[in-house]
Amino acid sequence: MPVDALVAELRRELTPQRVRTGPSELGLYRRDASNIEGSASVVALPETTAEVQACVRAAVRHGVAFVPRGSGTGLAGGATPLDGALVISLTKMDRVLSVDVENRLAWVEPGVLNLDLTRAVAAHGLHFAPDPSSQQSCSIGGNVANNSGGPHCLADGVTSAHVLGVEVVLPDGSLALLAGEAPEPDGLDLRGAFVGSEGMFGVATKICVRLTPNPPAVNTMLMDFDSVDAGASTVSAVIAAGILPAALEMMDALCIRAVEEFVHAGLPVDAATVLLVEVTGQPHGVDAESARVVEIARAHGARSVRVAADEAERALLWKGRKSAFGAIARLQPNYYLHDTVVPRHKLPEVLAQVYEIAARHLLMVMNVFHAGDGNLHPLLLYDKREPGVMERVYAAGDEIVRVSVAAGGVLSGEHGIGLEKRDYMPLMFGPADLAAQAALRRAFDPAGLANPHKVLPSPASCSDIQHVPHGAWV
Amino acid sequence: MDGMDVDGVSAGQIDLERFAAEVGGRDAGEVAIAGAGTRGGAPPGVRTVHAPGGIAWFEPAEMTVCCGAGTPVDVLAATLAERGQRVGALPAGGTVGGALAAGSSALTRLGHGPLRDALLQARYVSAAGEVVKAGGPTVKNVSGFDLCRVLVGSWGTLGFIGEVILRTRPLPPVAKWYSTPSETPSDLLARLHRPASVLWDGSTAWVLLEGHADDIAALARGSGLVECDGPPPLPAGGRWSIPPRQIGTLAGTGRYVAEVGVGIVHHEHPAPPREVDPVVRTLNERIKDELDPWHRLNPGIDLFAAGPVPSRR
Ligand SMILES: Cc1cc2nc3c(=O)[nH]c(=O)nc-3n(C[C@H](O)[C@H](O)[C@H](O)COP(=O)(O)OP(=O)(O)OC[C@H]3O[C@@H](n4cnc5c(N)ncnc54)[C@H](O)[C@@H]3O)c2cc1C
Ligand SMILES: Cc1cc2nc3c(=O)[nH]c(=O)nc-3n(C[C@H](O)[C@H](O)[C@H](O)COP(=O)(O)OP(=O)(O)OC[C@H]3O[C@@H](n4cnc5c(N)ncnc54)[C@H](O)[C@@H]3O)c2cc1C
Repeated sequence: MPVDALVAELRRELTPQRVRTGPSELGLYRRDASNIEGSASVVALPETTAEVQACVRAAVRHGVAFVPRGSGTGLAGGATPLDGALVISLTKMDRVLSVDVENRLAWVEPGVLNLDLTRAVAAHGLHFAPDPSSQQSCSIGGNVANNSGGPHCLADGVTSAHVLGVEVVLPDGSLALLAGEAPEPDGLDLRGAFVGSEGMFGVATKICVRLTPNPPAVNTMLMDFDSVDAGASTVSAVIAAGILPAALEMMDALCIRAVEEFVHAGLPVDAATVLLVEVTGQPHGVDAESARVVEIARAHGARSVRVAADEAERALLWKGRKSAFGAIARLQPNYYLHDTVVPRHKLPEVLAQVYEIAARHLLMVMNVFHAGDGNLHPLLLYDKREPGVMERVYAAGDEIVRVSVAAGGVLSGEHGIGLEKRDYMPLMFGPADLAAQAALRRAFDPAGLANPHKVLPSPASCSDIQHVPHGAWV
Repeated sequence: MDGMDVDGVSAGQIDLERFAAEVGGRDAGEVAIAGAGTRGGAPPGVRTVHAPGGIAWFEPAEMTVCCGAGTPVDVLAATLAERGQRVGALPAGGTVGGALAAGSSALTRLGHGPLRDALLQARYVSAAGEVVKAGGPTVKNVSGFDLCRVLVGSWGTLGFIGEVILRTRPLPPVAKWYSTPSETPSDLLARLHRPASVLWDGSTAWVLLEGHADDIAALARGSGLVECDGPPPLPAGGRWSIPPRQIGTLAGTGRYVAEVGVGIVHHEHPAPPREVDPVVRTLNERIKDELDPWHRLNPGIDLFAAGPVPSRR
């Protein structure tokens, strides 16, 4: 058995305690936050780059696939091991190695949690700009592999814009530094190719991140509307007016009510939609832009505008936005979260379609999303004990993905493709486009052992985009 | 401008069929591409093609613009400025495709980020002569591997860019250059919230501030900045790339203007040769071999020549 030999070798290279094969533990690593289940044969917990290299080399030697894993909060099945792969968990590599306050960069290990990085540099008036809603629990390595986003990526850009260099154990076990502190290293932008590669180009073992100075002035506003259309049109109008808020988030009626019951932030529970708008920068600029945003919102029918008076109120408004997922449990026991992007001006039209699709499939849907980016997050709510409900969830989800792409959008804005959307790739890309992506993957991993079967549809399934990986929608 | 629709409604895309036919497939032999020639243009001695130009559409409310790679940067900038927007990192001069292929950002990289972040989608002609799409049309997209990033800075060695969708940003209400004698520009970096640019030649610092007029005036007053015409003339001998904390070590190397907080140094001398990690070199070669197995696109360009300035055959 190649796995027995692999386990023996890993135990020699790491320590027996950090190589796990017990059934209950393997069960924990069978999936990420997506519920798409796979199977792991062994889980390794390296503490150093050299140990990660030893893991990868052992996997290669025994012909076993390996899957890098951060916190396992991914929603697309990216960290789901298939066919008894080796899971390389990076959680023990969680140190902030150095901080250059003057030039605003830091070197961190991949297992550092997103929020812990920001906490570690807060005393210097700095933060790490990408802030996924999962920031308390997701790792920087996972952020890099998924090119993750968050509410504040509207103005500051997604993870790729905040990663200067990555030390990578390549899929053959060799070590490479892809870019680094120097802004224009020679050769191709391998760093850029690695970010968003979902664990299929190697394992990130050290990351050089860009830190962002905290803004001197912040204005957080909550405005509410009688219709989803009015809120969505306000979003487009603000951007068209040349204002780029730090964040522009939207919640619909069902979401507002669920969240309000949960956090008691004083949200207008009779509104059809609320926008959470944050403007940051220098004081005069923030005042002028805030006034303009309010003017535009009023012109689009905003009923009221609440301005956070202090840091405590600001935190409360954000808590409302960030606890939306937690609030759902009050409505239905299960949810399926989608993640597509549409051009901003198509928001009203696509949202109307999302409501229509959910209604037709007799499902509750709530929307809470990064409106400024056009990044939709429709949540289909259901009770999986109800017979036949899963088929309706599958069908509605499928239609939502299709209408988003048909509206000129993309399959995923921040969660990645993983297994979940793998077979939808042909909706966006033709055979030549997919072949080029496969070629890039081959250049990094000729043997194909790094997290195989993710992202790229197999040639056989290209023609059949109906096929969804087993368990993808539960 | 071809296909331009000022109401911001998508007016289709640039037709790349003819361009693809000119580039040809694997049997069409070596082929080079030139933009405006401001960076040396196409490698000499090879059949040369040009990418189509023209703005296909510009949607200010999306902050996105779609244009042919042959579009002059200045034409694009003028079109965007009419609607109060810009692609901040795009350096002046040359074509859009040339700027992306060279991959070097404007002097405002500190505030605007590198040019590579502005490219959302590219349609390029591959070595096989096919039109290939990389990336997606929206400002946020994580659908598949990010081929756009390797195209930027690839000097036309992986594919010839035909059409791009770029992310635009609002123009600031006011933008002004200032200067001040400064032995240590790092205090400026600390004091000024996100300046667009801080330059330093070892004794004088130049700063570009953007934003609301009152904020800029207050910042300038508080930091002893004196308004000036613009950045200093840049030494054109070489473009060095160093860790930003190392700019203090440039003293005595010759005349230079360094981008503080970034690490780009405009120097009178060519950049000193750098060690290239053999693993990184191999990865570069493998990507070239995968995307251009016949080595027919822009032959003779060495991405590891210091600078990076393409070597000539
Ligand atoms: C409640 C909730 C809210 C969320 N909100 C957001 C949001 O707002 N924005 C957003 O973008 N995402 C969001 N997510 C999704 C998820 O948190 C992010 O994708 C996150 O970046 C994943 O990080 P992780 O450490 O959990 O990675 P994992 O789930 O462990 O792994 C994700 C992928 O990265 C790879 N990987 C992990 N570590 C490494 C490494 N060191 N080297 C190479 N590959 C690696 C894995 O193989 C896998 O393909 C949310 C998830 C939840 C559950
Ligand atoms: C007034 C002025 C100011 C400038 N300021 C700056 C500055 O601040 N910062 C800075 O970095 N630069 C600056 N530059 C340089 C300028 O940005 C570059 O010269 C320009 O980007 C190159 O464009 P080009 O069309 O002339 O390319 P060319 O010189 O024609 O080509 C350059 C390379 O790109 C390749 N190429 C061209 N088009 C394509 C394509 N469509 N697809 C693939 N490969 C292609 C060519 O084969 C060649 O290898 C300035 C130039 C001028 C004239």
